[in-house]
Amino acid sequence: MLQLLWIIPALPAAGFVVLALLNRHLGRRAAAVIGAGSVGLSAVVALLVAVSFIASPPPGDVYRQVLWTWFDTGGLAPQIAFYLDAMSVIFVVVITFVGFLIHLYSTEFMERDEGYTRFFMYMNLFVASMLVLVLADNLLLLYLGWEGVGLCSYLLISFWQRDLQNVYAGRKAFIVTRIGDTALIIGLFLLFTQLHTLAIQPLMAGAAKEWPVGSGFAVAAAALLLGGAVGKSAQLPLQTWLPDAMAGPTPVSALIHAATMVTAGVYLIARTNVLFTLAPDVRLAVAIVGTVTLLYACFCALAQHDIKRVLAYSTMSQIGYMFLALGVAGWSAAIFHFMTHAFFKALLFLAAGAVIESLGGEHDIFKMGGLRRKLPTAFWAFIVGAASLAAMPLVTSGFYSKDLIIETSLGSVDGNAWLWLGALVGSLLTSIYAFRLVFVVFFGDQQTPVTRRPRWRMLLPLWVLSALSLIGGFVWLPEWMGSFHPLENFLGEALPPLKTVASSFAYTGVSALLTSLVAVVGVALATVWLVESRAALGDFAARPTPHALQEFWLNGWGFDWLYEHVFVIPVKWFARVARNDLVEPAFSGLAWLNVQAWRALSASQNGVLRVYIAVAGVGLVVILAFVVLR
Amino acid sequence: MAAVSLDHGLILAAILFVIGFVGLLTRRNLIVVLACIEIMLNAAGLAFVVAGARWGRADGQVMFLFVLAMAAAEVAVGLALAIRFRQSLGRLDVDDADEMKG
Amino acid sequence: MILLWYILIPAVAAPLAWLLSLSRPQAARWVAVAGTSLPLALVTWQWVAQAGALRAAFAAHGPGVAGLVQGTWLADIHAAWISPLGISFFLAEDGLTLIMLVLTFAMGLLAVLASWRGIQERVGFFHFMILWTTAALAGVFLSLDLFLFYFFFEMMLIPMYFVIALWGHEKRVYAAIKFFIFTQASGLLMLIAILALYFIHGRATGTYTFDFTQLLGTQMPSATAFLLMLGFFAAFAVKLPAFPLHTWLPDAHTEAPTAGSVILAGVLIKIGAYGMIRFMVPLFPQAVYDFRTVGMVLAVIGIIYGAVMAYAQRDLKRLVAYTSVSHMGFVLLGIFAWNTLALQGVVLQIVCHALSTGALFILVGTLQDRVHTRDMTKMGGLWAVAPRMGGTAMFFALASLGLPGLGNFVAEFLILVGTWQVSKWAAVLGAVGLVFATVYALWMMQRAFQGEETHALRFNDLVPRETGMYAALIAALVVLGFYPQPLIATVRQTVTSVQQITAGSPLSPKPTSAVQVGIPADRAPAAAAVADGTTTDGGR
Repeated sequence: MLQLLWIIPALPAAGFVVLALLNRHLGRRAAAVIGAGSVGLSAVVALLVAVSFIASPPPGDVYRQVLWTWFDTGGLAPQIAFYLDAMSVIFVVVITFVGFLIHLYSTEFMERDEGYTRFFMYMNLFVASMLVLVLADNLLLLYLGWEGVGLCSYLLISFWQRDLQNVYAGRKAFIVTRIGDTALIIGLFLLFTQLHTLAIQPLMAGAAKEWPVGSGFAVAAAALLLGGAVGKSAQLPLQTWLPDAMAGPTPVSALIHAATMVTAGVYLIARTNVLFTLAPDVRLAVAIVGTVTLLYACFCALAQHDIKRVLAYSTMSQIGYMFLALGVAGWSAAIFHFMTHAFFKALLFLAAGAVIESLGGEHDIFKMGGLRRKLPTAFWAFIVGAASLAAMPLVTSGFYSKDLIIETSLGSVDGNAWLWLGALVGSLLTSIYAFRLVFVVFFGDQQTPVTRRPRWRMLLPLWVLSALSLIGGFVWLPEWMGSFHPLENFLGEALPPLKTVASSFAYTGVSALLTSLVAVVGVALATVWLVESRAALGDFAARPTPHALQEFWLNGWGFDWLYEHVFVIPVKWFARVARNDLVEPAFSGLAWLNVQAWRALSASQNGVLRVYIAVAGVGLVVILAFVVLR
Repeated sequence: MAAVSLDHGLILAAILFVIGFVGLLTRRNLIVVLACIEIMLNAAGLAFVVAGARWGRADGQVMFLFVLAMAAAEVAVGLALAIRFRQSLGRLDVDDADEMKG
Repeated sequence: MILLWYILIPAVAAPLAWLLSLSRPQAARWVAVAGTSLPLALVTWQWVAQAGALRAAFAAHGPGVAGLVQGTWLADIHAAWISPLGISFFLAEDGLTLIMLVLTFAMGLLAVLASWRGIQERVGFFHFMILWTTAALAGVFLSLDLFLFYFFFEMMLIPMYFVIALWGHEKRVYAAIKFFIFTQASGLLMLIAILALYFIHGRATGTYTFDFTQLLGTQMPSATAFLLMLGFFAAFAVKLPAFPLHTWLPDAHTEAPTAGSVILAGVLIKIGAYGMIRFMVPLFPQAVYDFRTVGMVLAVIGIIYGAVMAYAQRDLKRLVAYTSVSHMGFVLLGIFAWNTLALQGVVLQIVCHALSTGALFILVGTLQDRVHTRDMTKMGGLWAVAPRMGGTAMFFALASLGLPGLGNFVAEFLILVGTWQVSKWAAVLGAVGLVFATVYALWMMQRAFQGEETHALRFNDLVPRETGMYAALIAALVVLGFYPQPLIATVRQTVTSVQQITAGSPLSPKPTSAVQVGIPADRAPAAAAVADGTTTDGGR
């Protein structure tokens, strides 16, 4: 069964090729069947492979499939090869499965758009690239998938390309992530030059053998990879593209900017965990980046009034949790959170998409309201998603994974109280903004009429994802609920175990209690806040936070402004100044000199015969004088 | 016949040459210009003859015959040009012929 | 003998096209198609047939001897020409030449096809010029006698001048003269260097010859060598073009007709890279090593400056022209890095840049034929008008920005990883250039193809002839992106042999790669010792 591995990415890739070639000749139905069908089949194959992998594990718990050698020169011979271990199994299953649900949802969501085929073409290419990314056997192939998903992100954000605003957002996403990618590829140069290979496993083995803990090479390599991860996963300081990326169609935001692509950074760090273990300073940096980003994004989310931007910041914040987990060596915990996050965040986005679509494209939450009766499925899906996001105790998957991270951030040998405090505060804020969103959108008075109701292809994914968001966490229960953690055992084959100083029954129990308490308090605060502001001000439209601070948070703490002035404007200025080429004056100056010389000499050619004679005479005299008197 | 000394002959030739040259530079009438050229040619011829006499060789006189022949040809062509000049420009001012200026 | 055909077929087809066009203009096009596709078929056949031979030569002779010992060429012709002066008619072909020939004829064919509709005046003369250029280019890549090389080098200049000056756009005469003066002046510097080399070698050994294989390793004072190297560098850097000698290129590319731009970008500027690999570095390895830091700085400036300038342009064709400056910066960087990885990357970049930029020029040409402007401020929303064209443009824009999965990425990655081993800063700055490449590529797409469609612009999407051309180029780039090995294997022999020639100088490759490509073990320690010196004080 494992031999089918290559088919998993090949199916969506084939879907892409077919859609690209037959673009104009395909009807909508055919495009939908090919687009969603290829990913669906891929999901089926992925399940088969996963079952086979779990039921009869390959030797060493690793399956490697070499397709061909990419190229081979000067000692660099990367292969087009796939590497399947416990971690990639989880990623592959989540990507194909969530991917399929979102494709199914899109067949209805996009049905009135022109460029229907083009949409599925890009989506298929995205799924294929993402699968290559997580299955890659070497870093160069990983980079191929990495850039591929970046490209698809650009193409899909700017999918509605008549509006230049969308194109601008797509361009920004591609360029900002590409800055991170540049760090990543420089990391590749370093790793190859020092360790003579780019295949991940030999690379990790080589690094562990050659470099002591804290060695310069290890630190540099880990820092460069972190640069790439930060860009792709929208962490500080390269986070600015993600909120703008919401310009894309909502299923795109669900698939790319929530469930899968943005977690590529998490995957990369987990995959190269050996390097990060060798570089404790960089790992601490990962934890700090994660914590700061999660707090930053929470504050931003509090101030947003575009439903998708709230979710975008919440994504950023949840990935911050994953980074925090990675930073304290809770590798498996990060993957766990990736999984539950994929479920509930895809759910939230799809539910938001249903709301937006029903209201004819309205994004502003203060123009929504009172939708809980009109759109019951979306409402319940949203409740489930928000509860999971806010880590409502016991019944949601988000609780188990987030609690694990909070617990790890203090309990790990690399953890400390500040990180823990940050995570806990973040959890409180998450709960507040999540339920603020729910209350504003679904309660109160209706502001905009519902023009369209979702049908089964949009509803089915919501139900499935709701179910997963509720039960997806039961694969790793905390210590105080009993020793049931199959996911940890499974991932333990691929990722090093967590070294903890505290993991007792009592410790985990207290931690869970705190996490629960914070979540519930958050809901209460959201209620109080909104009810009070409504009583005082009449409706939600009058924003309850102090104006200046809200503006500041709304604009993402001015990062866009800063980057605009530090990077974009100088380059634009230079481009404008240098438009006609700065070097050109040197050459045109030479030409100008020649022209001047020509002018001067041709002035002497005045056509007056007598002057010529005089000059000739003088010349003769001078020459004679020179000859005679010398 | 008292021989004219070389110096005197050459000085006379030089004076004639300078007269012709100055005329060439100062006068604008084409006919006068041609005459001046004629004077300069004859000055050169005189120098040949004087030098030939000094060394007792016939070469100088032979050269003067060449100069004469050339001067005749030159006058023929020059006068023909002068007529064309007069016809096309209406005057005989050499400064009018500046169409070749750069 | 086959080598002669490569030059003769287009050279004979040229007057034929002209003569036939006197009665029927369309005939010239078909003659030109035949005159480029015949040698293309021939060289492709040779490539397929000789692939085994290349591998066998590599295995039998080791990497070092290729091409310099009689019988290790794929084919060669050595005939007396002007014997008293030591000038011979010496043509030879190895893997690199083979690739360059494939490129020459493919681009020639593409140029003919691309001007099928665009050129309607003096059709016969136009194809005469194109074929003549093709023949001269084939001669440039084949000749190993320096005099012969210079002869062909100048020969291709004249038809190119006429192509720009007669069929170009608004400022064509200016551009043509600029192109001519730049190339001619720098070519003369090279001629001086060649003559100096000829006399130095002649005085030292008594044999006056222009034969490149004999001139290799000529002993001379290092200051002299440096000056002569600069002579060659001037010619090739102008051709390439390297910053700051690049200013002829935007003008020439912009004003040339589509076919001219395709040949310029596809083949002509590659002479610079070819000449450096084949002649400049092997002749003066020490001088090149001394010059390395400057060369790399120029290359890096070229990469970034070219990309920023591309972004600054309003004229679509000028934008594409400046991307060439940026991409050729990578080539220059790779040449100065001079190790196996970088050199393989350079050859791959030569090919991939020809394909992607050639396609972009054709695209701009077809666009100009339809909307009658190259000004991007007057475009916008063209995707909606011509989606197939938009998709094609997107593809080649992505190739231009070095997207993995396309040949350009493999090329740039190899160059940069090779450069990293010599100079970390150059590699880092080169990689930063990729970010700028993203900026201009996406900017181009945005200005021309995205956004609200302009009302006035209504035109046909690609016709089958165009679709066919683009499909071939797309397929080639994708294949090179996922399996460039055939190309790498073809030039492997050349790459290792030119490195072997320079092995005595500090330029020689690092020991790791030397061992990997199979340099005999007894040579490796020496190479290692030298290469260690390279890493410590190399061009940082």
